[in-house]
Amino acid sequence: MGWVNVILQGVLIGGLYAMFAAGLSLIFGVMRLVNIAHGDLIVLAAYIALMATQGLGVDPLTSLLLVVPVMATIGYALQRGLLNRTLGDDLLPPLLVTFGLSIIIQNGLLEWFTADSRKLQAGVLEIQTFQIAQGVWVGALPLIQFIVAVAVIAGLQVLFYKTALGRAFRATSDDQSVAQLMGLDTRHVFAMAMALSLAIVAIAGVFLAVRANFDPAIGPARLIFGFEAVIIGGLGSMWGTLAGGIILGVSQAIGAQIDPGWQLLAGHIVFLVILAVRPQGLFPKVSG
Amino acid sequence: MKRVEHATRSSHIGVALLAGTFIVLACAPFWGDRQTLRLLAEIFTFVALASLWNLLAGYAGLVSVGQQAFVGLGGYLLFALVIVLDVHPILAILIAGPIGALVAVPVAALIFRLRGAYFAIGTWVVAEVFRLLASQISVLGGGSGISLPAAAVIAMAPTRQMREFEIYWLALGITIFVLAAIVALLRSRHGLALTAIRDNELAAQSNGIDVWRIKLIVYVLVAFGTAMIGALIFLQKLRISPDTAFSVNDWTAFVIFITVIGGIGRVEGPIIGTIVFFLMRQTLADLGSIYLLMMGAVAIVVMLWAPKGLWGWIAERFGWQALPLQRRLVLKEETGGKP
Repeated sequence: MGWVNVILQGVLIGGLYAMFAAGLSLIFGVMRLVNIAHGDLIVLAAYIALMATQGLGVDPLTSLLLVVPVMATIGYALQRGLLNRTLGDDLLPPLLVTFGLSIIIQNGLLEWFTADSRKLQAGVLEIQTFQIAQGVWVGALPLIQFIVAVAVIAGLQVLFYKTALGRAFRATSDDQSVAQLMGLDTRHVFAMAMALSLAIVAIAGVFLAVRANFDPAIGPARLIFGFEAVIIGGLGSMWGTLAGGIILGVSQAIGAQIDPGWQLLAGHIVFLVILAVRPQGLFPKVSG
Repeated sequence: MKRVEHATRSSHIGVALLAGTFIVLACAPFWGDRQTLRLLAEIFTFVALASLWNLLAGYAGLVSVGQQAFVGLGGYLLFALVIVLDVHPILAILIAGPIGALVAVPVAALIFRLRGAYFAIGTWVVAEVFRLLASQISVLGGGSGISLPAAAVIAMAPTRQMREFEIYWLALGITIFVLAAIVALLRSRHGLALTAIRDNELAAQSNGIDVWRIKLIVYVLVAFGTAMIGALIFLQKLRISPDTAFSVNDWTAFVIFITVIGGIGRVEGPIIGTIVFFLMRQTLADLGSIYLLMMGAVAIVVMLWAPKGLWGWIAERFGWQALPLQRRLVLKEETGGKP
């Protein structure tokens, strides 16, 4: 039963990776922007949640009520005030500006919170487990995290195909100038996409902070996990992104089981193999 | 008669100034103290790294945030060759270049499948893989790193001073070699193709340039140079660990800031950028993370309001070029020709 448990844990972690990836995938889809600071924003959300839980004495899941709107506001302002200026035919400005942003967030957090490892405490929820089959155990928190991830992906899917905002996202994604001609304010649409992306980042950040220790330097690795999940799943497909996250999580879990030093390496290797044999990803929708 | 010329009056002055600077720098062991020599050697390596990254990102449009893969690879090759195969350190630096280029070919075959910004993150994944692999090699110290054996260091030169001079001249020599190779490449036929790709990739392709091939050539050549510089850097440091060898801050973030501030897509940019970077570092480094925060902010401001950097601004304002690179068509009356 050892391996069943390992794979199950991998699948549940995959949900978290899918949340890292969903925000990244969303803004790439809408405005072809790749946010290098994405991972650092996840860590920023974790620190905001830390302040909320310490300052207000609420538990981490309740703190989402505050962290999500705060991050969404930051996203809207960031896109409107800074990132919209970088968008255009040239790929260098958005890349370098978000790279600079990543350095700013990392060192800002380092200055403010020091390099100490932190963790959010979720109380009894952290230690509760269920036995779902003979010898197969599932923690309450990883399960909640996975269910939330599936809900986020499903929510995005509904938003994209059933709402006016989703229609605006898809229109600007297809053709920005025609969308503008149809009366859409693309600057506002882009800012809404970034707000939504950072709302997801907020949820991912809180779950990350409950699950394990975090410090200001761990952002870039989260960016890479999210990115790998996007590419494994295939660009532009939300359910593919969830599958990509799960594949990454399971690979890492299996790698770690073989040798602790192989945890991260196994994930990267699976990513590189998929890039080699199926560069469009497993469930592609649009070409990048 | 029509001719294509590269040189202008400003490039004559520029080359003369650079030649003078080179002579002064080559004599540095006679006028500078140990501290100065170390600082200068470090500056040279950053000039070389930034110039290589500029060739990659500024000309070939391959924005990599994973060049630390090749810096670290070069460093680890130096240590592997010296420790395992007992190669002389200077020879090891020269071998690191070709091996770096060799490794770059399969890496390029993989990550060239990703475009634009995703290419950038792909290069980062490769660097992470290299870092994780390096920490698995127990002969080279695994995750905690290793020092260069004293015997190999002493074998370079009998006295400490001689050794320091040797490393200094090596750093200057390799940096000049890298810069000269970049200038030679840009003045060649491939250089014209590269400049065309820089200005408009689509137009370059429709004029019959094999964009993919040129990009591959540049990627491999840059890996060659970066691995060599990486080996040189860790010969200066005498100690290596996976985290220092594959540091994204040291070998990519700083290099990108230098290039952006100095002027991306121009050969002079990284040189100006490195001078500014070290002036800032010498005065502000005590601030620690605040200093890095400021670097990030400066890079954003430059990218948004002066995307061509300091040298780009100067070049456009005054029409200067420090190195003879621009092609100009010269129309000349034939003198002493037919009546």
